[in-house]
Amino acid sequence: MNLMWVVLLPLIGTLVPLLTERFGRNLCALSVAILPAWSLILVLMHVGQIFDGESLRQTIEWIPSMGLDISFRLDGLSLLFLLLILGIGLLIILYARYYLSDKDSMGQFYAYLMLFMSAMVGIVISNNMIQLWMFWELTSISSFLLISFWSNKSEARKGARMALTVTGTGGLALLAGLLLIGNIVGSYDLDVVLASGDLLKAHAAYPIALVLVLLGAFTKSAQFPFHFWLPHAMSAPTPVSAYLHSATMVKAGIFLMCRFYPALAGTDLWFIIVSLTGLFTLLLGAYIALFKHDLKGLLAYSTISHLGLITLLLGLNSTLAAVAAVFHIINHATFKASLFMAAGIIDHETGSRDMRKLHGLAKFMPYTATLAIVAALSMAGVPLLNGFLSKEMFFAETLDQSMLGSLSWMIPLLATVGAAFSVAYSLRFIHDVFFNGEPVDLPKTPHEPPRYMKVPMEILVVLCLAVGIFPAFFVGDLLHSAAFAVMATEVPTYSLSIWHGFNIPLFMSFLALVGGITIYYNRRHLFDFQSHFSEPDAKYIFEDSVQKIVRFSQRLMGAIENGSLQRYIFLMLLFILVMSAYPLLSLTENMGSRAQLPVDGVAIIAALLLIFSAIATVIWHRKRFMSLIFLSVVGLIVSLAFAKFSAPDLALTQLSVEIVTIILLLLALYFLPQSTQKESSNRRLSVDLTVSAIIGCIIGTLCFAMLTMPVETISDFFIANSKTGGGGTNVVNVILVDFRGFDTLGEITVLGIAALGIFKLISKMRIYVPTRDDKGRLWNNDPHPMMLAMVSQSLLPLALLVSAFIFLRGHNLPGGGFIAGLITSVAIVQQYIANGVMWIKPRMKLDYQWMIAGGILIATATGLGSWIFGKPFLSTWFDYFSLPLIGEFELASALIFDLGVYLTVVGAVLLILANLGKLTTTERVEEKVNE
Amino acid sequence: MEAIFAICVGILTTCGFFLVLRGRTFTVVIGLTMLSYAVNLFLFASGRLTVDGAAVLGQSEVYGDPLPQALVLTAIVIGFAMTAFLVILAMRSRADQGNDHVDGQSPDHATKSIASDKRNG
Repeated sequence: MNLMWVVLLPLIGTLVPLLTERFGRNLCALSVAILPAWSLILVLMHVGQIFDGESLRQTIEWIPSMGLDISFRLDGLSLLFLLLILGIGLLIILYARYYLSDKDSMGQFYAYLMLFMSAMVGIVISNNMIQLWMFWELTSISSFLLISFWSNKSEARKGARMALTVTGTGGLALLAGLLLIGNIVGSYDLDVVLASGDLLKAHAAYPIALVLVLLGAFTKSAQFPFHFWLPHAMSAPTPVSAYLHSATMVKAGIFLMCRFYPALAGTDLWFIIVSLTGLFTLLLGAYIALFKHDLKGLLAYSTISHLGLITLLLGLNSTLAAVAAVFHIINHATFKASLFMAAGIIDHETGSRDMRKLHGLAKFMPYTATLAIVAALSMAGVPLLNGFLSKEMFFAETLDQSMLGSLSWMIPLLATVGAAFSVAYSLRFIHDVFFNGEPVDLPKTPHEPPRYMKVPMEILVVLCLAVGIFPAFFVGDLLHSAAFAVMATEVPTYSLSIWHGFNIPLFMSFLALVGGITIYYNRRHLFDFQSHFSEPDAKYIFEDSVQKIVRFSQRLMGAIENGSLQRYIFLMLLFILVMSAYPLLSLTENMGSRAQLPVDGVAIIAALLLIFSAIATVIWHRKRFMSLIFLSVVGLIVSLAFAKFSAPDLALTQLSVEIVTIILLLLALYFLPQSTQKESSNRRLSVDLTVSAIIGCIIGTLCFAMLTMPVETISDFFIANSKTGGGGTNVVNVILVDFRGFDTLGEITVLGIAALGIFKLISKMRIYVPTRDDKGRLWNNDPHPMMLAMVSQSLLPLALLVSAFIFLRGHNLPGGGFIAGLITSVAIVQQYIANGVMWIKPRMKLDYQWMIAGGILIATATGLGSWIFGKPFLSTWFDYFSLPLIGEFELASALIFDLGVYLTVVGAVLLILANLGKLTTTERVEEKVNE
Repeated sequence: MEAIFAICVGILTTCGFFLVLRGRTFTVVIGLTMLSYAVNLFLFASGRLTVDGAAVLGQSEVYGDPLPQALVLTAIVIGFAMTAFLVILAMRSRADQGNDHVDGQSPDHATKSIASDKRNG
């Protein structure tokens, strides 16, 4: 069989109600039920095998290298839970059909429900821990959706949020725990993990893993101190409460403890944490349940109490106790689900759940009352009902342990007290609601519910009776195989009969019954006593802490993110300081052993000039024009430095880029304010200066350290292969167009994109164009001086010739496409400056966008061309030819690539500058804002 | 010589960052240009300094490291593209917002509007 389908069918079923909602309520409910029913049949087909002690596996490899498989298992424990999930799920579908009103979106409800059902099924049949966890999280999310189904109610939203927060946090702890276990064992496969119990328990990290996994289980199963979310989840529609909060989701934590029982249980730590948590939860839940006036509130605390009972049993580290725990899982699911359904019916037919108003309903709905009374008696543990049997086993087990040493007697005593309270609140449920006088102003006149709404309850109550009277016949095999799966060893012999003779457990049951009746009879005194304590509402405490966290985050965000970019940059710089502080402080030396170059006078003068200009740029930064002029001096000295240190290509590039940049900035400055007002306080200036100076010192130190270290470069390869492999003697150019040609292709693409972006920014710009400068002088009384125009026109052919020369020799001597492109651009920009855009326009019909596109296309095509010859992308070809008169020359495909670079550079630079320049001639826009 | 080079890089970095921390777009652009000088020199320095090295093969026994040079060459051109884009963006920002502050509004006009929006229930 394909086990995967057991979970896939309900998952597909999530979509069914959305499609069938339009065909009416009956058809919708019916269609929803088909797929889970099918899934249930798939499971039932294997009941025989499971009862024979087999267990099925199915694994689909997903990422085997990371231990991630999609893996399923079907054993006794999975079977038990599958029957609960799918069986009760089907009953809930029927019940919800009558419960939901016309105003509720049925499709949405069923879709959430099916999603939840698939997630639960996924948990119980997963054979991989990570997969199990994923379904675990899915239950948290789908239960959030279900609890908040009536999202217009504030309690529903708050309750859902609380449930999600608590179970979600537990889920994260569980993930950490599972990862830890997977790390210890070396596999996420459950079979491996469960077989490595001894290894796990001996490991030093066992306590951490155990606590993390238990955090997941306790939050999900509402164990103290995480129980508070469950009562608030009662704002969900009652079918949800019946399904999630009695039969399935809260049992997921229990399931987890059962599943990992062979791997994690059996230690003292397990006993202390699990049994004491369970015991305390049992008592607390049973005590508080008695005082709840809300029907569902009573049931919620009763659920907490019963979950505590199961947890306590699992914590006792005895195999018989584990059997009792599994048995109680079945029994609790049946009687509690039917009680929730009863509560739902009562709510539905009377309009109230308040036990101070609900009285004497036995008269109005005798049939429902009978069913509810039987279920409640089972909850109280009355003989002939299933609740009695597991409670009897529970009592026997509490007697049979000695873990607390001389205080061990306390456990059976406290268990009896808890059971007595359980009897008391069950009695209150029966007596207050169905008898005890007449109803007090109910919104509706109570009457029996629709016929089929009672069917799910009937089935469950019949099960309570059947199991209670003939336990061995109805659940013997199921219980045995489930217990076998929990223990992973032989199940000890136990007897599933109603009568074991007069013994202490029977006496304890009797005591609990009598005690419970006594408590209920004297409830007035207890209620008075309890009213002296103000009851803290978990909802408000929770909301309050959530609000506090939100406010804290807002303050923190407001402090850091105040919308000021200056602040962000400052913080980033500080961060750089902090991050680099430690590694720098731990460095002891900052001078390497490399021989240093001698200092010469010219270098010192140039350096002084650079330092002076840089500082002058800063000092006069509010006088923008002056600042810009000093900046250009810095740029010129940088290009001189490149020339000095044997990098003629860089010097040429820097020089021409410098010219273009300064022209661009001058143009931009025309449109921007000419000076800056003093805005920063002196304190701020000094802080900024300090931080910048520290970073400058760090960079300078690093630079010095790097310069004096011996170098191991990979460039020897390039030098050795430049001529033979790339056909050029200018290594820098060969690297650009050949070795790292792909980089260059990317680079010119970026250049082209930037230019197009700028074109777009400019084309829609409506900017104030000043006619006078800030001193009131006309900007342009002689825009195009004759001399400049004449000189530039005669220079143009010369400049183009130089650029062609630089371009052609690039492969073997300093030069190349980048530099030639820049020189051409400068030459043409000079024409723009000298003659104006309007004069150039009719004379030079160059489409710069096409130039950029053409350049990139040529470069790419050169690269692709090498494919034709079966070579990798951008392989170069070159050869030497000779012609009469000219002599020998070289042709290389790299030259074509360089042509692409050339065209892109020219196109990009001119597209930017020409368009910006054009702005000065467009019609003047009125000044928009006075500054 | 190495020390002088390093000092220059340090000074350029300091001036660049100080200008970047100012509040007006044009000053920030100048600061970024200055920073890109510093970065280019720094990258260039990773090939160590060589005086009188050969630019092309066969001229001398000493070569300047060509790899950082190739990297810096493209960096210069890309740096130009970035500066150009930024300065045009600054102009556009002034055209659209009416001022040239980096936050799009002058500090005296700015309102402290990061109010805590309360989300209850």
